[in-house]
Amino acid sequence: MSTLEIRDLHVAVEDKQILNGVDLSVSSGEIHAIMGPNGSGKSTLAYAIAGHPKYTITRGSVTLDGADVLDMTVDERARAGLFLAMQYPVEVPGVSVSNFLRTAVTAVRGEAPKIRTWGKDVKNVMTKLQMDPTFAERSVNEGFSGGEKKRHEIVQLDLLRPKIAILDETDSGLDVDALRTVSEGVVRVHAESNLGVLLITHYTRILRYIKPQFVHVMSAGRIVEEGGEELAAQLEDEGYARFGGGPVLTPAEPRPSVDGVLPGASGGGN
Amino acid sequence: MVVEEREITVGGDARPARFTSYDVEDFPVPTGREEEWRFTPLKRLKGLLKGADADGKVQIDVDGLGDGVTVTSIERDHPLVGSVLSPVERISAIAFAGFTSGTLISVAKRAVVEQPVTVTLRGEGGTAYGHLVLDVGDEASATIVLDHSGSATYAQNVEIRVGANASLTLVTVQDWARDTVHVGYHAALVGRDARFRSFTVTLGGDLVRLAPTVRYAGSGGDAELHGLVFADAGQHLEHRTLIDHETPKCRSRVAYKVALQGEGAHTVWIGDVVVRKAAEGIDTYELNRNLVLSEGARADSVPNLELETGEVEGAGHASTTGRFDDQQLFYLQSRGIPAVEARRMVVRAFFAEVIAKVPVEHLRDRLTGQIEAELEGSGV
Ligand SMILES: Nc1ncnc2c1ncn2[C@@H]1O[C@H](COP(=O)(O)OP(=O)(O)O)[C@@H](O)[C@H]1O
Ligand SMILES: [Mg+2]
Repeated sequence: MSTLEIRDLHVAVEDKQILNGVDLSVSSGEIHAIMGPNGSGKSTLAYAIAGHPKYTITRGSVTLDGADVLDMTVDERARAGLFLAMQYPVEVPGVSVSNFLRTAVTAVRGEAPKIRTWGKDVKNVMTKLQMDPTFAERSVNEGFSGGEKKRHEIVQLDLLRPKIAILDETDSGLDVDALRTVSEGVVRVHAESNLGVLLITHYTRILRYIKPQFVHVMSAGRIVEEGGEELAAQLEDEGYARFGGGPVLTPAEPRPSVDGVLPGASGGGN
Repeated sequence: MVVEEREITVGGDARPARFTSYDVEDFPVPTGREEEWRFTPLKRLKGLLKGADADGKVQIDVDGLGDGVTVTSIERDHPLVGSVLSPVERISAIAFAGFTSGTLISVAKRAVVEQPVTVTLRGEGGTAYGHLVLDVGDEASATIVLDHSGSATYAQNVEIRVGANASLTLVTVQDWARDTVHVGYHAALVGRDARFRSFTVTLGGDLVRLAPTVRYAGSGGDAELHGLVFADAGQHLEHRTLIDHETPKCRSRVAYKVALQGEGAHTVWIGDVVVRKAAEGIDTYELNRNLVLSEGARADSVPNLELETGEVEGAGHASTTGRFDDQQLFYLQSRGIPAVEARRMVVRAFFAEVIAKVPVEHLRDRLTGQIEAELEGSGV
């Protein structure tokens, strides 16, 4: 049982104060959704927890099972069990996916994966996320479509098996099929490893697949409302207007054509 | 980090052919203000500009001679000497006047030589002047490696003839001892429908200044000049490529990848491409990427493309100088990979593409190892 504890977190970017006191606690097995209008500070929260050098913590604390996360380097945070699926995964030309995955898994597990089973394991995970195994020989994220990048993030989530994962707009830019595949991946890892999930999203559509127990609304760098799943439904109807934002479902983001909830998606593994 | 962007000039007067002479005195001693010399630390040339006595030696050995390849010792009066290269700078003229015995490597017409021919040039101290001629006959194909090492103050002319329909891959490795000064003029003449691929790998030495040039003897020629340069603290590594398109329907590619680290590491890349009136339908592209790994290092990059005709297939250039990409490092680190390892992955990746193209396996392994060693020694 692990807990990520965020207390009174204030974060600035280039002298501009973005987060103004965020309190949040995520434990193993829990699924939290953070929703909010564009620019409300959702990605800032994610990057600050992961340790991106651009973000300065001006006040507050983040701990993982009592250990001071803010005192750790970026890689130490990952090895401690945190994972950030990025809104915009970075291209690393010249570094192959297979080399990258192997190096990352070796670093996080503290030992190299067994040569005998490694190739098969990677292939399995990629296949489950409907990523052609030939991607293993391509450069990390280079020339990947938006959907392929997001699938690759979840491949990493599956292989690295963190304690707590932050998924930053993993749903953006995905068509319905890709959204389903990616959600399935998250739900599966959650069920198999009792993962704690902090799901950041602007839209409610991914919540049809990944059912949150807790919904937090962020606005202007603060969490301004909290509730259960019903809060997401309410946001879908009302939009972010009363939090200073626009509608939740825009015409550009089509509703899933199949209104299905994935098996095992509800409640998820507790 | 400095990139000078000269305009792509189209039309205008034909660039005059470069002044050439075999008489050293036709080239005044540069002051350092000349365009050609403004980046070079003249004081560190150890007397090469003054024509210091040849009191040292660069020992030459040739390995991997197969059918169709011969090595001959040649004098200055050999018909091939001066057939491709005429000195355009003082040090080239000094080397021409100063060498005692040259080396000719010939690949017979139509010979297909699978095994690479390796020429080791080992500096044994002191000043030396060298002259090499690589002559690849029509329709032949070969790979030649010039492997420089040791300690020397060395001025060198290399003449490279690639016959019609022939194919030559030339790898030059500058793996010199830390105190070496190497000034080299590598002039290639690429025959009709011939292919010339070169890899210039410069890692060692105190001051290395190489001028690889390409001309074409007919149409359909194809030249690729790849560069891999890694400069450490205090090293000056300068590469001045010139592609002179005078004939129609030829192709040229220049791609230099340069990494620098440490106080006073200085690299210079000058990429000149001239496309003359007659060179219609040519296709040229040149690229220089510099990766600055630490403070105190300086990369100069001057791409320069002169088009005297607009009737070309393609003509372009790109030059970038950057530090480590913070986003890439963050991404790798966010997956648990320690910072040092992440940086190494990025540097390895930077060079991986060019190393992968080197067609000699043991050289690929060696270069990979040497890049590792450079990183090892630096704490990057
Ligand atoms: N690197 C940055 N430099 C400057 N401003 C930034 C940077 N990152 C975010 N911001 C600003 O911080 C605010 C919150 O951004 P972000 O956290 O990306 O919001 P969200 O993810 O909720 O859309 C925005 O006003 C944005 O412009
Ligand atoms: Mg965002």
